[in-house]
Amino acid sequence: MSTTGQDVLRDLIIIGAGPAGLAAARVAGECGLDAVLLDEQAAPGGQIWRAIGAVSEHRPADLTLFGKSYAAGIAALADTRAVEVRAGAVVWQIDRKSDGWRVIFSRDGGAAQVRSRAVLIATGAMERPVPIPGWTLPGVTTVGALQLALKQSGAFPVGRVVIAGSGPLPLLLGEQFRRARIPLHAILDTQPGGAFGAALPHLPLAGLGAPETLAEGLTLLRARDRSGVRVERNVEPLEILGSRRVEGIRYRDASGTHEIAADHVALHEGVVPNTQLTRLLGLPHRWNEAQRCFELEVLADGRTALDGVFVAGDGGGVLGWRAARASGALAALSVACDLGRIPESAQALQGFAPQARLRGERRLRRFLDALFPVPDWLRHVSDETILCRCEEVSAGAVRKAVADGCMGPNQLKAFLRAGMGPCQGRMCALSVAETMAAARGLNPREIGLAHVRPPIKPVSLDELASLHEEAKP
Amino acid sequence: MSYRRITDPKPTPAIRFTWNGRVVEARRGDSVATALLLAGVETTKTSAVSGVGRGPYCMMGVCFECLVEIDGVPNRQACLTPVADGMAVRTETGAPDLDGAS
Repeated sequence: MSTTGQDVLRDLIIIGAGPAGLAAARVAGECGLDAVLLDEQAAPGGQIWRAIGAVSEHRPADLTLFGKSYAAGIAALADTRAVEVRAGAVVWQIDRKSDGWRVIFSRDGGAAQVRSRAVLIATGAMERPVPIPGWTLPGVTTVGALQLALKQSGAFPVGRVVIAGSGPLPLLLGEQFRRARIPLHAILDTQPGGAFGAALPHLPLAGLGAPETLAEGLTLLRARDRSGVRVERNVEPLEILGSRRVEGIRYRDASGTHEIAADHVALHEGVVPNTQLTRLLGLPHRWNEAQRCFELEVLADGRTALDGVFVAGDGGGVLGWRAARASGALAALSVACDLGRIPESAQALQGFAPQARLRGERRLRRFLDALFPVPDWLRHVSDETILCRCEEVSAGAVRKAVADGCMGPNQLKAFLRAGMGPCQGRMCALSVAETMAAARGLNPREIGLAHVRPPIKPVSLDELASLHEEAKP
Repeated sequence: MSYRRITDPKPTPAIRFTWNGRVVEARRGDSVATALLLAGVETTKTSAVSGVGRGPYCMMGVCFECLVEIDGVPNRQACLTPVADGMAVRTETGAPDLDGAS
């Protein structure tokens, strides 16, 4: 299609309107940056603040249901005041042009590109996939999925709902269900026994560093104990049962193997960074042993190894929403300083409080990592377990490929197509790395992740054909 | 099995779309995925490999199990698409049937 008007170079493109992206938008606006905020959801808020605008306007009574951390998003909506917001924009490519960066996205049936001097990737995190036999059955979701349905539409699953997992999110969902009087059939707590003892040494600093977050956690634990819901502890989930959809779940605990009937199972074993865009750019990632995930190597103040590319929020390492607000602000300050809009002294001054916040949340994270370690069973799944959902590749098939000489995930694509389906490895990258590492007697850091190629989201030929240069309105 | 909605004293406007030809009622603000779950639809697509039914897993756009065909365009993530009046949504069938091929 034709180019209309001049092709304008913006100061900053922020990808992701969650806590980090919104904070960055606010600071960008305050520093007078010409910024564009892109987000693939229908409205800003990311995952934790999903539908916050609609809820606060149409269902304000639900705010008490979701809790204080959710309500904190209301104030954040004003962060978009001084930037251009494009909701429903699905970014699928980022590349470098002679004078800056180009971000290509689909929106409203067409594709568009925007160029800028700097790009801030704030695409957040995702729940760690939990491959156990039967996890692909309809009726099995993540814990976060149930939370999102509740926030977006006030929707909840009927029947016998079982939460199987551990971490802050299942605790929060359990409490939200309780407040909404949604029946919970059982909670299968997969936190390994002895985890609290292992985490205890980190507790004092965590309490000093992030007291509000810690207090929230303790409140949720107490509420769960008082709620009367059946809680089984020290659980290893063995199999989700059912032929066409979920019918039950079989698990093992200290007293043996058990089966309970279920109509919905919600899984959760922690949160990991979403690294599609940062890997698309070829940025270096490192293995985080405590959280057992790959994360971007972020330099100070949101900088990355690429000039003009910044990262903020959980996408650069999971630290939670409060840390995301801080890192979003810091990254925007870095951009503003790099572009000469604010002096270094202003960057240091305004960055003081966010830096302190980050330090505190890192201390809390050490405690949480020890309190909710990635369970062993997740790293050694049975042969019949599907690792790659899209291409239905089992752990056994991956192990056989390794025995046949397959060395890593890129080669695995050629062997088995694992990672080549619609999700492009989002659901299987970590479990493939763990499985191949275990099969080869290595650490996952030596296995690595597969290459990411554009487009990172499906694009139609119509959208490609409509790609046009942006003109500033 | 189905999803239900918490009673809402001030519901948003009703939206009607079709799922494989049948009319489904939803509300403004629902994603197509949530609207389908509320209508008792758990299988959004069939797997390209074995044809088994799959439904939404993550509800945030990373699992790609909620792929549906919307208004003739396939591979649309239902969890990222707000419902709109008159939308025609159909099951995404894994591997397409080529005319005349077995």
